Formats: sequence, structure tokens, C-alpha cells
Amino acid sequence: MSDAAAEKPGENLSIAHLAAEFGLYRVGARPAFFSYIATTWHRRDFIWHMAKFRVMNKFSTNRLGLVWLLVNPVFNALIYGAIFGILQGENIPPDYPARVVIGVFIFTFFRTCFTHGAKSITSNQNLVQSLSFPRITLPLSVAMEELLSIAPAWALLFIIMPIMGHPPSVQWLLILPVFLLSILFNTGIALISARITVHLRDLTEVIPLLSRILFYTSGVLFDVGKIFAKWPMAIAVYDFHPIYQMVQLGRHALIGIAVDPLYWVYFSAFSVVVFGIGLVFFWSAEERYGR
Amino acid sequence: MAADKLAVEPDRHPVVIVDQLHVKYHAYSSGKAVRGIPGRSILSRKRGIRTVHALRGVSLVAYQNESIGIIGRNGSGKSTLMRAITGLLTPSSGAVFAQSRPNLLGVGAALIPGLSGDNNIVLGGLALGLSQREVMEVHKEIVDFTGLEEFIDLPMNTYSSGMQARLKFAVATIKQHEILIVDEALAVGDAVFRARSEARIREIRDNAGTIFLVSHQMKSIRETCSRTIWINQGQILMDGETEEVVAAYLDWRDTQK
Repeated sequence: MSDAAAEKPGENLSIAHLAAEFGLYRVGARPAFFSYIATTWHRRDFIWHMAKFRVMNKFSTNRLGLVWLLVNPVFNALIYGAIFGILQGENIPPDYPARVVIGVFIFTFFRTCFTHGAKSITSNQNLVQSLSFPRITLPLSVAMEELLSIAPAWALLFIIMPIMGHPPSVQWLLILPVFLLSILFNTGIALISARITVHLRDLTEVIPLLSRILFYTSGVLFDVGKIFAKWPMAIAVYDFHPIYQMVQLGRHALIGIAVDPLYWVYFSAFSVVVFGIGLVFFWSAEERYGR
Repeated sequence: MAADKLAVEPDRHPVVIVDQLHVKYHAYSSGKAVRGIPGRSILSRKRGIRTVHALRGVSLVAYQNESIGIIGRNGSGKSTLMRAITGLLTPSSGAVFAQSRPNLLGVGAALIPGLSGDNNIVLGGLALGLSQREVMEVHKEIVDFTGLEEFIDLPMNTYSSGMQARLKFAVATIKQHEILIVDEALAVGDAVFRARSEARIREIRDNAGTIFLVSHQMKSIRETCSRTIWINQGQILMDGETEEVVAAYLDWRDTQK
């Protein structure tokens, strides 16, 4: 049966035929997109446990342990809020402290997904070279880890806001879609940054800088309308700035600042598209990650 | 030579076919290379990047229920070949075909040193592709096998290196593998544990089918493998009965001293 195929063994095609005859398939070939997603879904326990254990491990030798998950973002909000509050002088927007806290807490999740997602493959090279599993589990589990790390701070918002004079209201429910959309958006960002650093390692150094630039320019600490009052063009750009929209929608939900209802449409579209692009973009280089 | 190797023997069922496999590594080199290394002038055309041709056209067919020893000096390409067979390393040219995805025995990289042995068993099992329920089912068996019952709730980085190796071996062998690659993993732990782990490998071989064993211990190659492949400088030098190949390798090794 195999004689015909064995006659010309130098030809790759005949070997492939021979292999197929015995039911063998090529190892390491990238699976089709949907079967890749299905395999990843079967690995959800792995994604979840890796994220959970990493968070536990990060603080296991600290006295305060998980309390640091709250201390760090609160301290960031305090220090940036204070400095930018002083610097801005008269341009300070109303409800400034509440704006800063919401802005910093929402931005932090973006920042950690972006910067830690970028290292999810490159810093796990040993793991990638010793076990076979869909590589997408690594950036996904990083996004999950960062979500677990930010969740206590997000929950803290519901305590801080009433203290700052914004009692609970029905509008607070709007924060749930904001959280969900930012999970989608930031996971997509983590997937994209995970792949690009594999192609160009130097980006691992650039990404933290980029994320800091975004922090200072995305309207986390200032009122875009006031700062750019003389440049309506700049304000128009912010109408299509997904990170700005993410932050503004969070503020809209919790402290009722006015936003263009179109922001909901734009940001939903951004989130779905970035997540989708992230999945496909990451998957299409699957064969490269082991090298 | 490689061509006639790829003829599949009649009446035997191949599970792995390796076809004209070439692997090249590109690495950033620092400093100056020793002058006079042949080929260096071509290699250094790209400044700073050196290409290492680790496998130069390897072809082989492995059959069901075969245990194949892989021998050769350090840097001869043994581990590269094994990684290419598992698909973890993308070949520069050539291809590997297999019945099911070959697995490398080893799970160490998935474990987190700061976590307890218990949690690491769960993490390692999930990394190998088991579901959470399957891990829970074999959990006790693994703990018994490691013999680390009293310490299983302590962080893994408090274990001695031998204890860590035992835990890693126990976790790695949870899964029933059809095609298993064992790369220098048998020399872990003390004498008692080594005997236990060798028995476990033979048990896997009997259940599973095909094992590739990379080792410098000719004793374990002779005890476990019926067929042996000798690799030198990225090419197969000899492929045949273990006794024959090991004897030739030992003769050659003596002339190198």
C-alpha cells in the first residue's frame, strides 16, 4: 500500500501523502481560527488558575498581602490628583477629586493590561518551549490576572463616591457596561501587545513610556474642554479617543458628568473591534511564539 | 542515505515521520569569534547575528510500541530534534508528521516557586491539558508518588532541589501520553525515587506506545530502548539496534578523549 508513495521519498509531497495514509498530521501547524478558539475555551480552567495563583503569589510574602491591591491605586490617585490639581490652578474641573479617582482606577487596568500583556510571551519563553497549549492562554491569563488585581479597587469606588458626595443612584448600574467594555478593550490590547513584542523585543522598553504618555494625555487628570478651549480641533480628536471615552463613560455612570450619547456607540465598537483584531492578530502568528 | 530511511517498513504502523528536517537558530553574538572558523566569514555578513545550523536534514520513522534512545555529545542536536518533533520549535525546512501531538516530559516551567506543592500540582496538571476535575481525581495519587505528604502545603521554593525534581516528575507523568519524549529526566532524586521513576517510565511505555529517551546514561538507554539513534553535528550518524549503536558510539567516544 505504501510502495507507491515510497518510490519517490525525496519529494515532500509524497511524504505528506504517505503520512496522511497512516493518519498522521503535521505537527506544529497552526490550527484553524475557530478550532483554536475552541481549544482555548477548553483551557479556561488553566487561564483562571494561572491568573489566580499569580495574584496570590505576588503578595504571599507581604504582611499586608492583598491590601496592597487597594493601597497602590489609591496612593496613585492621591499623588497625581494633588500634583495636577496644584499645576492646573483655575482650570481645575468641578468634582475634581472624584474625577481623578475614577479616571486613575479605570486607566490603571488599561495600563497593566498593556504593559504586562506585552511581556506575557517574552517572559514565559521557557514555558512556551516546553509545553504545547494555545499560546493565547498566556496573554488571556495576564488580562485575567490584572482584572483580579483591579477588581478590589473598582469595588472601592462604590465606597469612595458616597464619601465624596455622590450617593448611590440607579445611574450607577451604567458602570457595569463600562467595566465589561473595558475588559474587552484591554484584553484586545494585551493580545496585540503580546504579539508585537515577540517580533520586536525593543518594544518591551517602549510600551511603558507609551502608556505613561497616554496617561498624561487621555484626560484622566484634566478637563479636555477647558485645557484645549483654544483648539477645537484637539477636542474633536478626543471625541474618537477610546481611552478618553472609557474614562468619561465611567464618570458619567458614577458622578453623572454629561457625555455625548454617541460615546457609548463609539466605545462599544472600539472594544469589540480591538478584541476581535487582538484574537486574529495573535492567532495568526501562533507558529512563531516558540522560537 | 536519508531517502531510503523514509521507506516505511511493511506491516508496521508509523506514528512519527520526520522528513528532511533542518533547524537554524539565529542568535545575537557578542564579542569576536575565533578567527579561522570555517564559514564564519559568510555568517558574519549580518553584523552581530550568527546562524547556527543545528539540524541538517534529519529523517526518521518511529513505529508504535517502540522506545527509541537518542544519543550523542552535547550540542549535537538531540534536544533540538526533540523540540522540533513536539512542534514547539518551528523547522527552517522539512516537516514532522505524527499521529497525536508528541509531548515533552517536563512541566517545571509552568510551576510557580512561591506556591505550595498542592497548588502547583493543580497548575501543572491544568498546564498539561487536564480539566480541573481530572486533576482533583489524580491529586492524591501524585502526592503519594512524590512522597512529600508532610510538605505538600509548603511553598515549592522551600523544597530541596531533589524534592522539587520529584514534584515536577510526578506532575509531568500524570497524563497518559501516546508519544512521549523524555529528555534527561531520569536522573532526578535519590536512589529510591530514581528506581520509582524508571519504573513509571516503563509503565508509560507499556501503556502508551512510543517513547523517545534522550540520555547520556548508556545504562538507562540499554535498559529501556530497543532501537537507538546516534546524532552527531545535526545529522543521524547511525540508526539501529541499541547494542550495536551504543557499542559504536562508545568506541568512537574513546577515540575522542
